[in-house]
Amino acid sequence: MISPKKALSSPETTTALAEQMIVSRSFWADARIRFFRNRMAVVSIFMLFCLVLFAIFGHALATWSYEEIDWSLLGKIKTEGGPSLSNGHYFGVDELGRDLYARVVQGSRTSLLVGFIAAILAVGLGATFGAIAGYYGGRIDQIIMGAYNITLSIPYIIFFVVWQAFFGRDLIQMILVMVIINWTAGLLIVRGQVKMLKNREFVDAARMLGMSDFKIITRHILPNMLWVIIIYMSITIPETIMYESLVSFLGVGIQEPNTSWGALISQGAGTMTFGTLWQLAFPAIFFVIAQVSLYYIGDGLRDALDPKER
Amino acid sequence: MSLLSVQNLNIRFSTNDGAVYAVNDVSFDIAAGQKLAIVGESGSGKSQIALSVMGLLAKNAQTSGQVMFDGHDLLTLSNTEMNKIRTREIAMIFQDPMSSLNPYMRIERQLGEIVEHHEGVRGAAQRKRVLDVMDAVQIPDAKNRLRAYPHEFSGGMRQRIVIAMALICNPRLILADEPTTALDVTVQAQIMKLLDEIQRDMGTSIVLITHDLGVVAGFCEDTLVLYGGRVMETARTEALFEAPTHPYTRGLLRAVPNITDPSETLTSIPGSPPNQMKWPEFCPFAPRCPDAIAACHTTLPVLENGRACIRSVEEIA
Amino acid sequence: MTTPLLSVRDLRVSFAAPQSKKWPWSPAKRVNAVNGVSFDLPAGKTLGVVGESGCGKSTLVRAIAGLYPPTSGDVTFDGKPVDYTNRRETNALRSRMQMIFQDPIASLNPRMNIREIVTEPLRVFRPDMTAQAQKEAVRAMLDRVGIAERNFNRYPHEFSGGQCQRIGIARALVTEPDILLCDEPVSALDVSIQAQVINILKELQKDMGLTLVFVAHDLGVVRHISDEILVMYMGGVMEHAPAADLVAAPQHPYTKALFSAVPVPDPKVTTTPEVLDGDLPSPLDLPEGCLFQSRCPRRMSRCATTRPALRHVGQSKVACLLYEPEPAAI
Repeated sequence: MISPKKALSSPETTTALAEQMIVSRSFWADARIRFFRNRMAVVSIFMLFCLVLFAIFGHALATWSYEEIDWSLLGKIKTEGGPSLSNGHYFGVDELGRDLYARVVQGSRTSLLVGFIAAILAVGLGATFGAIAGYYGGRIDQIIMGAYNITLSIPYIIFFVVWQAFFGRDLIQMILVMVIINWTAGLLIVRGQVKMLKNREFVDAARMLGMSDFKIITRHILPNMLWVIIIYMSITIPETIMYESLVSFLGVGIQEPNTSWGALISQGAGTMTFGTLWQLAFPAIFFVIAQVSLYYIGDGLRDALDPKER
Repeated sequence: MSLLSVQNLNIRFSTNDGAVYAVNDVSFDIAAGQKLAIVGESGSGKSQIALSVMGLLAKNAQTSGQVMFDGHDLLTLSNTEMNKIRTREIAMIFQDPMSSLNPYMRIERQLGEIVEHHEGVRGAAQRKRVLDVMDAVQIPDAKNRLRAYPHEFSGGMRQRIVIAMALICNPRLILADEPTTALDVTVQAQIMKLLDEIQRDMGTSIVLITHDLGVVAGFCEDTLVLYGGRVMETARTEALFEAPTHPYTRGLLRAVPNITDPSETLTSIPGSPPNQMKWPEFCPFAPRCPDAIAACHTTLPVLENGRACIRSVEEIA
Repeated sequence: MTTPLLSVRDLRVSFAAPQSKKWPWSPAKRVNAVNGVSFDLPAGKTLGVVGESGCGKSTLVRAIAGLYPPTSGDVTFDGKPVDYTNRRETNALRSRMQMIFQDPIASLNPRMNIREIVTEPLRVFRPDMTAQAQKEAVRAMLDRVGIAERNFNRYPHEFSGGQCQRIGIARALVTEPDILLCDEPVSALDVSIQAQVINILKELQKDMGLTLVFVAHDLGVVRHISDEILVMYMGGVMEHAPAADLVAAPQHPYTKALFSAVPVPDPKVTTTPEVLDGDLPSPLDLPEGCLFQSRCPRRMSRCATTRPALRHVGQSKVACLLYEPEPAAI
């Protein structure tokens, strides 16, 4: 027989008990510990951090700006335009005689900016629609899923070209069009999670407290699927950088004088046959480092957050 | 001569958080044609015993002890050797009929495949075997339902098909792991009656694994009570219900609300199930036991005369 | 007779079955989960609701709680009819009517610690209370269900099923409601733990003057805790009787079959379960007459056309044509 332990209510025992309070780690504290146990993920975080620093402060180390043309090297790029510390072109110059180091800083800035902002906005948008579709179901779900299917059936490169023909090719338009193409990212998985969670009894218990739908979603459902969104975001960021690079490589993305990793790789690949390999190598190395570290970070997050992995 | 003899069985699982001692030093025998009930609450290790007999334990399990069947120690057999024993000699019935059946396979194929695989029986002979076993588990209109899929049957009928799958090779031993837990009472009564008839007609031994003392009372001659992976008490079912000698069995019987005898309060067993992350150094029931004395928290009782308790029956009466 | 605290009249709940739609715009068939349930429950009493899976017993309590909107019928609470479409009214009802659930662990949000879980109802329903008073109330409530204070900062997965169910009870009762709806609260628990939870519920009922609606499929448990029992089948009430009478002398053929099948934990008692043949009707397409006709051992010809109403047979109320006189031939 469990009888209410009257002794517990007296003030002395209460303070005594409060001292030996068992403090257990929350899910997030637990996940953080598991994440930092993963060496590759920690190294990748460090690499990514360096890349971001490079993109932000890299110009301070440059002796040339990304627009300046080094007239002294024009015409002899193949022989003298390579990487050199003496003339200040650390990564060499491109085919027009511009400093490749400054161009790579510029490109990293664009690619990371587009990748992070577009991916976060897209997943946020997708998650919102997914949550609405999953929570309410019925007609609303049908409409959102219809829109989802239509979006999937649009060939995104053609959409890209058409969009840019109308609205121009600057950074904002780039991000905007990326979000529009990618808003379906995460929609399906968030919708599924919400559908599953809304039938759990703790959501019924919250409804028994008369909470509004918005409060139930933000307070009870979202914290239980935030891990899904985070993992999905960690996949979508490298994917968006990849998309951006792909369209820029095809020549429909970022426009001169601005540049990105994809555009630089495209130019480098174009001049590869002339023996100016550095023009391809430097942007490609940065691109690969970013992709690989983002991949490992995503992997580490999945290991740390996914309850099934434990 | 016993059919199956389990001696000092230990099952331990290694997990990320450390070892879990699921079954500790369990021994029992089953004679041919015997019906034995293994009773325990969740976490008592009752299902793990059945899985270890079948060689179906999870990969992170380590076992020690002996499971003797037909002169072989089943724990040491390879998977290929076990496959010859599974279903042909020892068959298992699982709790959830739907997950034991392949939803994309017709019933005829589902059952026929087993005899084909184990005995190489095909064609008309196979169909006859399937029809015979469907008759044995009393599926009405068997002939016309051969080509049906599992979802076309009700829950009770599905469990009959699962039983048919276990019976089709005429095994000598059936391990039934909570065979009626997922079913309604009216269906449960029918399934238990069916198992009883099968046992009588075919002389199969049955190990019934359950948490429901009511089911045990009407079915098995002998009962083994598990707690925290250890045997607490084993006795003839009638004697056990009449005069349980172990404090845990007593507590368990008093905690069941009896429909024919409604007393005012149920006597519950205080506390929570034991933590099995540690090797039990003393009686696992001691922390919840109303009759525990200081020695109970330091000594591990051994099973003597069918009970594992350091206090005598007279002392705790 | 005093006015009942909770009164339900001809309650019906049906759901759209989306799979049955031919085209996205065509109307869906309805699954009839609850088909005309009526009962009165006086304050301080316990009503047990039993039936096999799919009989609509869970849907019934969820509809009373307003978690599923009733399709038709009336629910009167404390003399006032409840309008479930009115959000404020429903919330006012819920401050006096709370619920506990079947799966003890799934009914607690895994990302909140115990203190947060039990404090939440107070924050919603008693915003007038100071934080200190809320803390006190939470401590007192958890103490009553036997959860020690040093565990308050832990998360649900660190507790056993029985402890989680006790925390669920604390959450439901911390605002001191008048009525507690229990949706199979002990089905997922082991026997020894089940008895703990039942005893706590009975104790709290006595102390707080609670009225209980207790849903379960285990007849022994329901018999033990209830004053009156409602036997449901396919969403309809078959029999409604005082607990003792129902067990001693079940009247309805379904109740008889149900009780004959209950295993008795006593090897000396031999039970002869009555076998119910026949299939359950589809809830998409219920028969015109008695809901139980397809499996009833005492089926008559008029069962196919007439749906029996609940009528008094001694202390019990039974919905069966056996107890209804044959209409005089015209």
